Amino acid sequence: MKIPGDLKYSKTDEWVKVDGKAATIGITDYAQSQLSDIVYFEFKVDNGETVKKGGTAATVESVKAAADVNFPVSGKVVELNESVVDAFEGINSAPYENWFLKVEMSDLGDLNSLMDAAEYEKYCAERGH
Amino acid sequence: MFIPHTDSEREEMLKEIGVSSMAELFNAVPKNFRFPKLNLPPALSEMEVLAELTELASVNESTRELICFLGAGAYNHYIPAAVDAVISRGEFLTAYTPYQPEVSQGTLQAVFEYQSLIALLTGMEVSNASHYDGATAAAEAAVLAYHHFRGKRARIVLSPAVNPQYRAVLRTYMSGYTGLEIVGDEAGSSPFLSVDDLAKLVDMNTSLVMVQYPDFFGRIQDLTAFAQKVHEAGALLAVAINPTALAMLKTPGEFGADIVVGEGQPLGIPLSYGGPYLGLFAAKKELVRKMAGRLVGETQDEKGQRGYVLTLTAREQHIRREKATSNICTNQGLMALASAVYLSLLGKHGLRKVAELCYHKAHYAAEKIGKIPGYELQTSTPFFHEFVVKTPAPVADINLHLLDHGILGGYDLGKDYPGLDNHMLIAVTEMNTREDIDVLCEVLEEFNHG
Amino acid sequence: MAEPTVYELSSAGRIGVRFPEPDVPLAKLPAGLERETLPLPELSELDVVRHFTHLSQLNYSIDGGFYPLGSCTMKYNPKINEETARLPGFAFTHPLQPAETVQGNLALMYELQEYLKEISGFAAVSLQPAAGAHGEFTGVMIIKAYHDAMGHTNRTKMLIPDSAHGTNPATSAMRGFEVVGVPSDSRGNVDLTALKALCDDTVAGLMLTNPNTLGLFEEHVVEVLDLIHGCGGLVYGDGANLNALLGIARPGDIGFDVMHFNLHKTFSTPHGGGGPGSGPVGVAAHLVDFLPGPNAAIVEEGTDEEAPLFDLAMPAKSIGRVKSFHGHFGMLVRAFTYISMYGADGMRKIAEHAVLNANYLLAKLRNTYHVPHDRICMHEFVMEGVFEDAPGVHALDIAKRLMDYKFHPPTNYFPLIVHEALMIEPTETENKQTLDAFADALIKIAAEAHTQPELLHEAPHITPIGRLDEVKAAKDLVLCCWYPDQN
Repeated sequence: MKIPGDLKYSKTDEWVKVDGKAATIGITDYAQSQLSDIVYFEFKVDNGETVKKGGTAATVESVKAAADVNFPVSGKVVELNESVVDAFEGINSAPYENWFLKVEMSDLGDLNSLMDAAEYEKYCAERGH
Repeated sequence: MFIPHTDSEREEMLKEIGVSSMAELFNAVPKNFRFPKLNLPPALSEMEVLAELTELASVNESTRELICFLGAGAYNHYIPAAVDAVISRGEFLTAYTPYQPEVSQGTLQAVFEYQSLIALLTGMEVSNASHYDGATAAAEAAVLAYHHFRGKRARIVLSPAVNPQYRAVLRTYMSGYTGLEIVGDEAGSSPFLSVDDLAKLVDMNTSLVMVQYPDFFGRIQDLTAFAQKVHEAGALLAVAINPTALAMLKTPGEFGADIVVGEGQPLGIPLSYGGPYLGLFAAKKELVRKMAGRLVGETQDEKGQRGYVLTLTAREQHIRREKATSNICTNQGLMALASAVYLSLLGKHGLRKVAELCYHKAHYAAEKIGKIPGYELQTSTPFFHEFVVKTPAPVADINLHLLDHGILGGYDLGKDYPGLDNHMLIAVTEMNTREDIDVLCEVLEEFNHG
Repeated sequence: MAEPTVYELSSAGRIGVRFPEPDVPLAKLPAGLERETLPLPELSELDVVRHFTHLSQLNYSIDGGFYPLGSCTMKYNPKINEETARLPGFAFTHPLQPAETVQGNLALMYELQEYLKEISGFAAVSLQPAAGAHGEFTGVMIIKAYHDAMGHTNRTKMLIPDSAHGTNPATSAMRGFEVVGVPSDSRGNVDLTALKALCDDTVAGLMLTNPNTLGLFEEHVVEVLDLIHGCGGLVYGDGANLNALLGIARPGDIGFDVMHFNLHKTFSTPHGGGGPGSGPVGVAAHLVDFLPGPNAAIVEEGTDEEAPLFDLAMPAKSIGRVKSFHGHFGMLVRAFTYISMYGADGMRKIAEHAVLNANYLLAKLRNTYHVPHDRICMHEFVMEGVFEDAPGVHALDIAKRLMDYKFHPPTNYFPLIVHEALMIEPTETENKQTLDAFADALIKIAAEAHTQPELLHEAPHITPIGRLDEVKAAKDLVLCCWYPDQN
């Protein structure tokens, strides 16, 4: 299980890469392995939309499950990675390269509730598999 | 009968369980509610129940005895004997939803073929495995459109010439979504509103526009320009169809419809006093993941053998729970099978033939009725196998008179359209002979004189 | 060898059914509106009959063998039902015929409404809903309509125990309710402490499946209902498991406010490979006016000589129509036939033997498979399809291996609250020999799981097709036959 040290993690298994006020968001290796083979990806927001932490950003479907991707931070969507819509297999093979969207954060304090790599590793271990 | 246990087996089984009586199995049920005395008639043997039900059925006057000119959403068509022979097979009749594909390939392939037949008949890219009936399929189109625009487009435009029952069910379904507005068919709007006038109601806030083709009054018209206007506003176009008519008419797919819904009953399903019928639902491929209901897809097993499975199941209620857009679990499996058998039997030539018989006979009837003094044909545009006649007296009165002569008269449009008292919707199918039509005309004329 | 599709079997020019030539002058076909090609297959009648017969032979069915699918009540579907539903007086009546011409249909519907009221203890029944989930949707709409009529604008929450049916959350959400889960306690009952904490004036209702999906009768059902009613909510009963309660207890008496029936489970109408179902809804007295419609009613009382006059009527504050016409009439005839053949004593016998059969299987299997909530069950029970000392074997493998023993697998991976669940519902129509053979097969499979697990992993071995690639199906999305003219 890969858990890069330079990212932040949410309890719903999103990763966040922080660069100033910009947050890049995707789902973790743990999340993709739980879902198994992904067969569909769809954005639930448009570029430019103002979003709230906890809101639904996208839906990922595998044969066995459908999972919502939640916003780990509040702010404004500034970029969608449209390439994952068609090449969703990449989410399974390279979850940290296939980011979903970028958000300009409205409150940097949101980051305080996220885990660092060590905490997230522990959190995954607690849940088994 | 249907409970096979002998006394000695029952004793053995109770002993294995470790209880001394059947009653002991129900100790968890609160005592004051346990074993209520039910007031039901005494049990009948098979022989008696058949006699009783035969008696009850014989109280009805069916379309086997009456000459039927009643349609309005359910149609009297010939059903070849092979349809019932196939769907009566226990292997189809007594199987469950095909959750275990290895032992359900029969149902799965039949549904796959049904999907193919419906997609090709409607000119759409994909069909689902069916909904409950035409009305609920229409309601599901509205649900789809709502979610397609993530709830951001609040208007639905409904043609008043969509089957009134479809519109009623759609309203019931959509009453749970707040802020939604349904326009076009309000009380007071003209029942014969043109599509050009309907198009004026379509705005950038519209999620779905629904029209019927042939419409509830039987009329047919080219919808290409209308579809363009709907799409210019970014809305989805749903067309409610009659599958028999599509054997001879341009398909909604050719017009550019996004969704096709319809009542599949004309495809080999008996009238059966209103059900079970078959909800047709087909769409453009880009909407496939938003379609409610089951879908069967082709795939392979480990050895590379072709096989079929339920697919895109992750969208469904048992996985997405409260986030699912529909709670549908089943399709009308056996009815979908019946229509697949019907379409296979009739095929390219047979279905076209049925459609043309309906068309020619309806036009013969319309022309003839239009010439009877006091009756006025209201349908001037092209029509398929149903048309509207203005009658010289209340439709109910005329129908009583027709019934005395063994004729089941047309539908009383005044029931649904306040402005259309004394308007009768007459349906003619391949089941009506020229003689039937001539008799109808004679009796209508006679009523006028009497 | 896979069966070809109807399109692959098609041969240009072949005809399956001939129709008479037109006996009227030909009308002009509508200009510009004719379709050019009709891409339907061309087959003879024998081609069609043989094709679908071949397909039918690839299916497992109740007529062919034991089908212990938990929560689906796969009981025998009596053949007489098929005959009565096809009586011409029923099968060939048009739904919009004048009431005078369909008094037999209306009388049957009215009587069936009365029977279902009597069996369930409810004040009124509508036969409109087309299936279980549709009945559930109708029931939840009735709850919403009731609160709206009472001006309860703040009641936005629907409480749903984790042992409820999977449709319950989706149904509630469709009606705009916020879904709030309620946990189960160690005996498989609703956790009363947790429930108490949730009960306030924002609760619209609770959706309770009883017996629940663990096959257990809710031991605190009275307390649960009191708590919900005490805070002003209504209780929806999921009637999917009514087979266990026929003549045993009436949900209406216990205090449920609304419930759907599954005529295709409890009352023996065939499942048809996934429908048509039929899901009538029963309600307590305070909800009668909100039922969907129209429903059968007496408009003129009968006399000693004359039958009453029946018609269709819409309830006063109806939620409206939920489908075309008046329900799945053909299914209603079948259910009516079935109830007529059992009568009152027979109803209780159905439930007793369904529960007897389930407990018998439970007794035979509990030493081999772990049963997490092991007490007297109702019509079904849930065990774990997993062994600590045989890692790598899952419920799915056991399910697939059962096919090699010519049994249909039980429901698996549901309910979600049991790990690797196998949910077994034998129904009352199975005899002891069948149950013994099924238990023996499961015990043998448990042994194989330890000694030859590959037998399970590779199962099924004897079916026409092996385990199918579901990922490929979802990715490639081939939903329609290839057709020559398209290429």
